[in-house]
Order: sequence, then C-alpha cells, then structure tokens
Amino acid sequence: MDLSTHDVRHVARLARLALTDAETRTLGDELSTILGYAEQVREVATEEVAPTSHAYPLRNVLRADEPGPSLAPHESLGTAPEAEDGRFRVPRIVEQA
Amino acid sequence: MDALVGRDALALRRLMEAGEVSAVEVVRAHLERIHHTDGRVHAFLRTLDRLALAHAADIDRRRAEGQPVGALAGVPVALKDILCTAGVETTCASRILEAFRPPYDATVVRRLRAADAIVVGKANMDEFAMGSSTENSAFGPTRNPWDLDRVPGGSSGGSAAAVAAFDAPLGIGTDTGGSVRQPAALCGVVGLKPTYGRVSRYGLVAFASSLDQVGPLARTVTDAALLLEVVAGHDPADSTSLPEAVPDLVAGLQDGVDGLRVGVVAELMGEGVSEGVRARVGEAIARLEKLGAQVSEVSLPHISYGVSAYYLIAPSECSSNLARYDGVRYGLRLGGQTAEAMMAATRGAGFGPEVKRRIMLGAYALSAGYYDAYYAQAQRVRTLIIADFERAYRDCDVLVSPTSPTTAFRLGERIADPLAMYLSDVCTIPSNLAGAPALSLPVGLDDAGLPVGLQVMAPLLGEATMLRAARALEADLGFDPTPRGPNALTAPREATPR
Amino acid sequence: MTTTVEQASRYEAVIGLEVHVELATRTKMFCACAVEVGAEPNSRTCPVCMGQPGSLPVANRTAVEYAIRLGLALGCRIAPVSQFHRKNYFYPDMPKNYQISQYDAPICVGGSLEVPTDAGVRHIGITRVHMEEDTGKTVHVGESGRIHGADYALVDYNRAGIPLLEVVSEPDLRSGEEARAYLAELRAIVLALGISDARLEAGSMRCDANVSLRPVGHTVYGTRVEVKNMNSLRSLGRAIDHEIARQADLLAAGEPVVHETRHWDEDAGVTSTLRTKEEVFDYRYFPDPDLVPVAPEPSWVDDIRAGLPELPAVTRARLAELHGLGAAQARLLVDAGLAATFEAAVRAGAAPGEAANWLGNEVLGWCAEHDVDPPGAPLSGPELAELVALVTDGTLSTKLARTVLTDVLGGKGSPRQVVAARGLEQISDRDALAGLVDAAIAEQAAAAQRVREGNAKAIGALVGAVMRASQGKANPQLVNELLRQRLGTS
Ligand SMILES: [Mg+2]
Ligand SMILES: [Zn+2]
Repeated sequence: MDLSTHDVRHVARLARLALTDAETRTLGDELSTILGYAEQVREVATEEVAPTSHAYPLRNVLRADEPGPSLAPHESLGTAPEAEDGRFRVPRIVEQA
Repeated sequence: MDALVGRDALALRRLMEAGEVSAVEVVRAHLERIHHTDGRVHAFLRTLDRLALAHAADIDRRRAEGQPVGALAGVPVALKDILCTAGVETTCASRILEAFRPPYDATVVRRLRAADAIVVGKANMDEFAMGSSTENSAFGPTRNPWDLDRVPGGSSGGSAAAVAAFDAPLGIGTDTGGSVRQPAALCGVVGLKPTYGRVSRYGLVAFASSLDQVGPLARTVTDAALLLEVVAGHDPADSTSLPEAVPDLVAGLQDGVDGLRVGVVAELMGEGVSEGVRARVGEAIARLEKLGAQVSEVSLPHISYGVSAYYLIAPSECSSNLARYDGVRYGLRLGGQTAEAMMAATRGAGFGPEVKRRIMLGAYALSAGYYDAYYAQAQRVRTLIIADFERAYRDCDVLVSPTSPTTAFRLGERIADPLAMYLSDVCTIPSNLAGAPALSLPVGLDDAGLPVGLQVMAPLLGEATMLRAARALEADLGFDPTPRGPNALTAPREATPR
Repeated sequence: MTTTVEQASRYEAVIGLEVHVELATRTKMFCACAVEVGAEPNSRTCPVCMGQPGSLPVANRTAVEYAIRLGLALGCRIAPVSQFHRKNYFYPDMPKNYQISQYDAPICVGGSLEVPTDAGVRHIGITRVHMEEDTGKTVHVGESGRIHGADYALVDYNRAGIPLLEVVSEPDLRSGEEARAYLAELRAIVLALGISDARLEAGSMRCDANVSLRPVGHTVYGTRVEVKNMNSLRSLGRAIDHEIARQADLLAAGEPVVHETRHWDEDAGVTSTLRTKEEVFDYRYFPDPDLVPVAPEPSWVDDIRAGLPELPAVTRARLAELHGLGAAQARLLVDAGLAATFEAAVRAGAAPGEAANWLGNEVLGWCAEHDVDPPGAPLSGPELAELVALVTDGTLSTKLARTVLTDVLGGKGSPRQVVAARGLEQISDRDALAGLVDAAIAEQAAAAQRVREGNAKAIGALVGAVMRASQGKANPQLVNELLRQRLGTS
C-alpha cells in the first residue's frame, strides 16, 4: 500500500488538517508502512465472518422523553473562542463538502 | 510524613478511621511528596492543592461531627487528564485543549468525590491517549521512577508513575489498547482494565469509543480492587454502560488459586519477548502452579492479527471522535479567511504528530473504496479473536501472558518508529478488542533491574476471578514496589513494603 | 426559455424526494434538552448536543416510537435490528462534525404512499425512513444576508440534536404537481400521526428534490440535480417544473446537465448553483460505537400498530360519504388537520355543510392571518356547533357570527359567552319589543293590511323590519306572536 502525495492531501482535506510539505511527505511514508502492516487483516477474515462493532452485546438502550436541565447560555458560550450576541462566531462559510 | 506516603490506600483508610492521622495530614504529605519529586518525574500536568486540602478538611470536619464519609475518604488519587473535571483544566495533554475548562464532571469523577477520594492532581499522558510512552504529551514527557532516563509507558504514564513514585497510592488511567496495563508493568505497579462498559465513559474524552475503558492503578491488588469498586457501576448517561451489578471484588480476594485453571497464551510467549520478561513471567506461572493452579498452554490463533485490526479500528474511531476540535465551540482557535481554513489551521497547529498520524490513518481507512478492505475487515478479525477467547475459556478460568514484551525502554528510543511503538501493545490489545477484563501484576525485575508485568486475563465480567489469582500471586511473590537502582527516583524514607 | 413547453414534452422527468420531518418530541434525540422554538440562542444546549469532549448520546424512546409509527403508516417493514451510524463531514453548525444518522441499517424499509392526483391515485415507493439528528442554525452576516458574499457567520445550537425522520422516496414522481401532491399527502399523514407539526414554511418539514430527465421511452437515468430550499408546497411544484424546463433546454441545446446542488429562489422563480459535486462527498459512514443497536420488541411494534390513528385517505372518504362533503372540501379539512374539530362539531349537532364552511373559510382564513397552525386553533367542535346553532336559530346574523368567531378564536370565551359579553343576546322582553312591533306595523302598513286580510306569508316583511330595527337581537318567535296579536290573526 503506497500513498501518493495526492492521496495524503486528499485525506488531509477530508480531515481538515493543514499540513506542511514536510509533514505531507513523512506522513505519506509512515501511513504506507503502517497500512502495509495492517493489511494483514485482509488475509484472515472471510465474508461469512460477521464484523463486530460492539464487544459487549447490548440492545435497546433508550431514554424516556423527559426534559432535563440545559446549560445556561453563558455556560455554553463560556468556552467559545469567539462569540457575538449569544451565538458562536466563525469566519464566513464557503459551501463545499 | 514520609511514613504516610509509603502506605497503601487500605492502610491509610485504617489510620484515618482510627483517628491516628487526619485527611488533611495525608493529603498534605502527598502534595509535599509530589512537589519534591515531580520536577524529575513530571507525572502531573497540574496539582489541585487548594481543592484537595479543602476536600480533606471537609472530610475531617464530617468525621469529627460523626457524619458519614465515603469508602476512600481522604485517600489521594492521581487522575489522568483525559477525565473531565468541571471548571478545572482538562487538556488530554494537547495544545488544542490547553486551558480548556469543561462545564461538567465525568461520572468517574463524581463517583470518586462521592467516595471522598481526593484528586490531588491531573496526570500527564500521551496526547488524547495515543501512545505507549507518554512522550506524546504536548507538555513534556513523564519519566519512569525506576530509571529517570526511561519511559513510564503509556498512555497513562503519568498516573502509573505517580503511583510508583509514592505521589499517590491510587491512580486513574484509561486503557484503549493497553494504556493502563503497559505503564503499570513498566512502573512496577498493578493496573487493571475492566470489562468494557463496567466503568462509565461519560466525561472520558473519547479516543476509540468501542475500546476505551477507565481502569485503576495501585501498588497492591487490594487497592486496585477497592478503587474499581468505587468507580464501577451502571450509568444511564452512557449507552454502553453495563446493567450488571458490580460484585464485591474485595471479599473473595484471599480465596487463593487452588484448582484454578490457568491458560498460558502460547502466541504471546514467543519471539519479540525479552529474556528477562520471559524468565520472570515463567517463574510467576510456576509459582501459580505451586499454589494449586492447573496450568496449561492455550493457543489463540488470531491474536497475532490483533495489532493490525487495532490500528485500523482505533484510528478510524479516533478520526471521527477528534473531528469536534475545530476552533468553533471550545479550545484552540487560529485565524483563517473561511471557516474551513480556520478549522484546518487550528487542527494543524493544535494536534501533535501522533494524533495527526492516527486521524489520517482513520480518515483513510474509512474513506470511500477502502472501508470494506480495512475497517470492515478489521471488525471481522475482532470477531475471530473473540471466538478464540471463547474457545480458550471453555478449558480455562483465566489466561496469562507478559503484559509487555519488554521492560521500560529509553526516552526517544522508539519515537522515530511508530510501527515499533505500536507493536509494544501486542499482548494487551486483544483484551480491548474482546471487551474483556485484564490486569497487570508486577512479578519481579529483569537483569537491568526494571519491573516486569504479568498479564492476567479473564472472560467478560470475570474481574473477581482475575483479581483473586493476582492477589494469590502477589502475596506469594511479595514484590517490593519501591523504585530502586542507580538511576531511580529516591524513595521516601521509611517506605513500607509489605 | 421560450421553447420550454415543447422541449419538456420530449423528455420524461424522474423525480425523487428526500423529506426531513422534525419530530414533536419534548426533548432532543440524544440528550434531555427541551425542544423549544424561539428560545434564547444557545439556551437549549448541554454537553451532549454541544459535542463537548467526553459527552455521550442516549437515544430518545419516543423518537424511535414516532419513527415506527410513520414506518407502519407508510407500509414499511420495521427492521428487527437497526443501528445508528456516523456521517462524517465538517460544518460549523454540526457540533461533533459528524451527524448521528442511519446508513445501511435504517429502522423502516420499503413502503409506499398512495398519492391522490388529478390523474387518479399514484403509488409512490418509499425507499426508507431513518432517524437522525438536526443541525444548529447559522446566520450569515454581511450585506447579502445569504451564504454567498457573507462576511462571517453566527451559530445557534438550540436546534442541534432535535430528532429528524428522513423519508426517502423512490424516483417514481414525474412532475412538479405529482411531487407537490406526494408531499401534501405525506404531510397529512404526519399530522394525522401527531408526530410533527410538519410546517414547511417554519422548517419543521423540509424537502429536497432529485431531478433528472431522460428521453421519453428510455430507461437509463439522466444526470441528477439536487434542488434545495423549497419551503411551501407551491414552491416545491414551481421549483421542480422550473428545473425540468431548465434541463430540457440544456438537453435540447446539446449541452450537458451538471451533477450539482441548486438553490431555489422563490422570489426570482429560478434555481442557481449552490455547490457542484465534482468533488464527490465522502461521508466515511461507520457504526456509532457510542450507541447500541435498536431492536424493537415485536410486542412494542404491535402496540404501536394498534394505536395508529385513521389515515387521511380514509378520513376524507368518510367525511365525503358520512357527511356528504365534496372531495375538495374533505381534502381541505383533512390536510389542514381540522377533521377532528369538524367531526366533533357535527357530533355536537352542527349541520355538516355549515361546520365545513365555517372551518374551511373563516377558521382557515383566521389561522393564515394570525400564522396559527390550524390544528392548534383555539376552537373546539362543540364551540363551532354552538356558533352554527346561534346562526340557524336567528340569534346571530352571519355577519355578527363572524365577529363572534373572531372573539372566540381570540380566546374571549365560548360563542354564548361572547354574545353575552357583547350584549348580543336576544330581546325577549314583550314591553321592549312592543314599541318596535308597532313601529314596524306603521312602517309596513301595506304588509300589515295583507296580514289582516289573511295573507299569513306577508308577516315575514314585518318580522324582518323588527329584526333589522333590533340589529337581529329580537326573539323572532316572540315578534311573530306580538304581531299576530296586534293584527288580530291569533
Ligand atoms: Mg438527512
Ligand atoms: Zn442537549
């Protein structure tokens, strides 16, 4: 498994990570090595083996629809890097996935 | 005072109950010990002197007034900085959460307070619990009290080192792939990962949600059991919290191992395991047999794939769990012309190299076209490993192996080689994948005078059996947890080994 | 687009709708924050719906029940085991930067909706109904006020985490009108089930349309365009017809249709590019490890099925047959969610035609004027019956009755209470009426004479005169009696 610089840039974009060119290069090599090793998983399990996403088999953990306390706005906004009239402020949003 | 910091939690509790010493004295003694040693060890990111002493004074007042106090009243605890403490910095050893003050307490923290245990400080760790050496802390590494040039293991290296350094008798860590057990082994203390869901994850900052579990660290098996009893239990705020009641874990501790069926995992005794580790683990197993256990060798054919599966599953979940750190609602925020640019800049500057590596790994493994080859396939391997364990437990009550293939390594020794670092989790990862409980017990020193840990594993909900086996071995071996050796941290005077 | 009409006729439109329904639960999908419209910004948030580090979701049982209700109403199969997944993408209004949704294990699968159209009933396939959480609300600040050309944005997370059902249709719709009818029928069902107030203009029901064209007779799908921002039934129909015409003109001109998302501008009546999709979305779905599977016990599903209310199609039919309403009138009442009020009024003795008229005209008019959701209109069936009775027994003229109704809807009490309060009650006092009666006899001398001569019918003019003089307050029976006495015919 070899990741091209283009692959790394694409994934970094998906993950919203600004990388330096040096980081992009080293990550390309490191991820290739690690994935090369991790690829072992392809050898073993066959289609008929069901994937396990939860190690402990629980079902139907549901809450009653009863309101509880919310945080006060000043508590929610208390951790905000930037806020304006009771809302969280962010730079302009440019539509794109 | 040093006599006090030498004591384990049970002993301190007795002294305070007998009125021979106050909670304030106990807490002050440990805070002094921390301030005396932490310049060299750096087990803590911050101590909570004022809060801790106030809580201790309140306990002493209540005792004086004959009011009830909790099960761990006045006993100091080192809390990994990945558990949320309301109004108190919780950084996960990351720049992106530097100075972050959560608006709420983790369930574990509420349970500790309800038991009147006293959090003396927030312990250092690998950033967001990603690492096996605590070198990935954004605020500097923690050092191993047994050899200050070596790592304490990780990611709960701060909590383990604090317990080993006699800064506190108890520590709280989290274990996603061995992060409680491996540092326990490297620091010569007891570390336990409970059954997945035994301890609430509410307020535990997520790394890999399907694997994360909070666990106790202590210098004795009994203390570890006491602490687990306090933090374990159902929590309606965590959908994955077990409904099962927590059994009395201390009651049966002394029942011994006569007739206990112990399986030695063949795949984990082979190459890659250092001489010293193999020797001490072998001797410990022999002692178990002497004590009446029926020892046999078992094979878990798929666990050699554990590391591969783990390094696909954990990064995948991590890439999603860490998406929320974007500079909008809390934490670090860098500038940017657009929201997207701001987020990318913030994350690029706020996360360290290992965290970025895992986010990238996970985003890639989950991305279109690779999901089935990587994530889904890893989840299938998980199923096979669970089946291996189930087969083994038809003939065994517990399984044993080394906790770590090697003893503590030098700072910087593996940092340049991520894969080598990942492989040091080979023995501990399978229990996380299976959701099963496991602990590490110190069983001696290798030729370099560094602690060796024996891992005891049990089936789901099997904590009591596991602890009983560990306690029997502990009593027989009489391991002294006091760090010693040419480059070790100086022990507190009159430290009192059992 | 002059050639539009005939161009369009050469192509067949293939339309599928994705409808999001905001559930009327008391709390959010995964936390106990109260759902409350118009609350102070960020005042209905907690660590869970703010995606605070360490917080964890726990699913709302009522939201799951509502999902099953809708699934059963649409004839879906309720999955024995369904799972929540994470849909990963970054957007400031999404606190965790992933949306908890359902991917390959939705709770309801494969149903269909019978849509009444002018061309008869059309069966539109329902691919799936799944549960997910809503996002926060973003205000784009800047002269444009819209996302393009904004300077910065402000986010309110009160809406983040409110439960949504996403209803995905098969691409079975063929025109704007069919899409409109489909959405109207789905909305009527949601209202009947009582799981949402389903207000398109308020955003508690939202609809995206996937539109593609193909030459008539072909089976291969054309390039799909997603159209967003239609916030009324009417604008859905308009937007789709416009998009069909736009694509038809492109195809006719031999130009390619671009795979993109377009934004409907209601005022301009056009769609414009919102974002192109050449960079394909990569949501990296995977099962949410924080949430365990939902496996509804069959007994629970049976109870929900047993508790399902009558569905709109049935109600309409009954209103038509049982109460003799016209199809249009029945649809008007049912789709507005006023069927219950109507039938209560009829049970309380109101003439069906009268009750239907008052609801269909006056009440709906008042609701539109005051931006009130019709089912929430403060008028009970018995109150409506009371009003109708007051008119039929002559106590109130239709004109006065309208005033009374406005007061009733304004919460000023029952019709009789309003009549009393406004002093509109009948005059039944003989002395008080005597004067008016004499005045009427004097005024209508000719009519009076004819009555004396035995023409009973002629008395009507005299009664009318008295009623007019009393602004309709005089008791008609009593007036009759007094007139006959005076004119010696009793
Ligand atoms: Mg959706
Ligand atoms: Zn909330």
